[in-house]
Amino acid sequence: MLQRLGIEVTEVRLPKDLEGLDAVIMPGGESTTFAKLAVRFGLMEPLRSFVNQGKATWGTCAGLIFLSKDIGRDQPTLGLMDIRVKRNAFGRQIDSFTAGLQIDSIEGPPFPGVFIRAPIIEQVAGNVEVLCTLDDGTIVAARQGNMFVTSFHPELTDDTRVHEYFVALAESCRPKAA
Amino acid sequence: MMQQESQLGGTNGAAADGRHKEVGTDALKRGLAQMLKGGVIMDVVTPEHARIAEDAGACSVMALERVPADIRKQGGVARMSDPALILQIMESVTIPVMAKCRIGHFGEARILEAIGIDYIDESEVLTPADEEHHVEKHDFAVPFVCGARNLGEALRRISEGAAMIRSKGEAGTGDVVEAVRHARAILGDIRRLKSMRRDEMSTFAKEIQAPIALVEETADLGRLPVVLFAAGGLATPADAALMMQLGVDGIFVGSGIFKSGNPAVRAKAIVEATTHYNDWKIVAEVSKNLGEPMVGINVSSLPKEELLAGRGW
Repeated sequence: MLQRLGIEVTEVRLPKDLEGLDAVIMPGGESTTFAKLAVRFGLMEPLRSFVNQGKATWGTCAGLIFLSKDIGRDQPTLGLMDIRVKRNAFGRQIDSFTAGLQIDSIEGPPFPGVFIRAPIIEQVAGNVEVLCTLDDGTIVAARQGNMFVTSFHPELTDDTRVHEYFVALAESCRPKAA
Repeated sequence: MMQQESQLGGTNGAAADGRHKEVGTDALKRGLAQMLKGGVIMDVVTPEHARIAEDAGACSVMALERVPADIRKQGGVARMSDPALILQIMESVTIPVMAKCRIGHFGEARILEAIGIDYIDESEVLTPADEEHHVEKHDFAVPFVCGARNLGEALRRISEGAAMIRSKGEAGTGDVVEAVRHARAILGDIRRLKSMRRDEMSTFAKEIQAPIALVEETADLGRLPVVLFAAGGLATPADAALMMQLGVDGIFVGSGIFKSGNPAVRAKAIVEATTHYNDWKIVAEVSKNLGEPMVGINVSSLPKEELLAGRGW
């Protein structure tokens, strides 16, 4: 998807892979698996310092869980974003769903939200900006400075609008040349 | 195919303004497999095994009464596991849980769907219930994974609604040779397909007995339209890295973990080798001191009637 937008991408598996990057995306997957491998291969501190440098960071689904300060259970996270998250908030796979979404700063028709065993944001604090809610008020996208999170999966659609939003965020977070 | 949530007693706030929710769509079924990519799915027979697997970093577990090595040893008819056991395993972990039904046994598949399983494996490891028909998987809201030995078989399963494909390999042997054969057959045919003209594709589709639309889609994508995992006989971190290097998206390990000397250590090592399959220093490091691997059976020494991969077509 990002390549379609003309962005150069690389995979991050080890701390050295973060060198020279402008932005990082923490993808979907199983957040427990994620956290274990990040701890074992020494990625926690390098990722924290990457985000703390003000570089753009996007967490989708498991990535959202991984960025958050409070997930209500004993599982390592980066603990950077002032949100409280509930994992698998809708239930099991059979409760996974798609729904049309209105997202702040994204124009045009409803965005196709693909929610797979998705988490939700139960509460936000500090300067977290809520970007999208379901009809019942459940928060499913938010931003805090350089950190952007979605509980759904724009990468599983053909719609590039959320990716474009993130690319613009990454541009605005880049250190300005002196 | 697409069912409204009302029919399934879905969860959260149905939209009143026309932005209605859909469940059980292909995007959702295939999407969950996308989230498992790069990961390891482990066979477990108890909640305790499931917790060991989750702690080791498994992205999902397959809940079973007997691992394939025991099914092979004990013989008899192998059926779906007791739903009570599967539910206990589902309650013991937060990662998605899969379970097996017999080939063509849509009754077992409906039971698994009814208890809320996350993925169904329509598996040749169990005794087939129908020798002519696979389950019509489009009709289900729950996603299915199916085994395949070649591209034609993979695309036939996808046309029936499979949302994920795995190599069949030869389960319960600890011998990776068949998984290699099947993965190479599937991926090699896709490489050939990519260089074909459209008129050649239509002959090829007939040869491999696959729907032309799926053959063309695969050629355009340069890969299967769904996630492809390796399965059947993997037992070591090296096996996992080998399969990932061949081009699969992830790994199933069946008997290889809980039939080995030190399951927790081996499970963790296989996860790490799968994540870092491009870094041989890491694969070498995690391969150290794993204790006894499962005792293997050479597939070439097995009589033909004991081979499981020939089940399904």
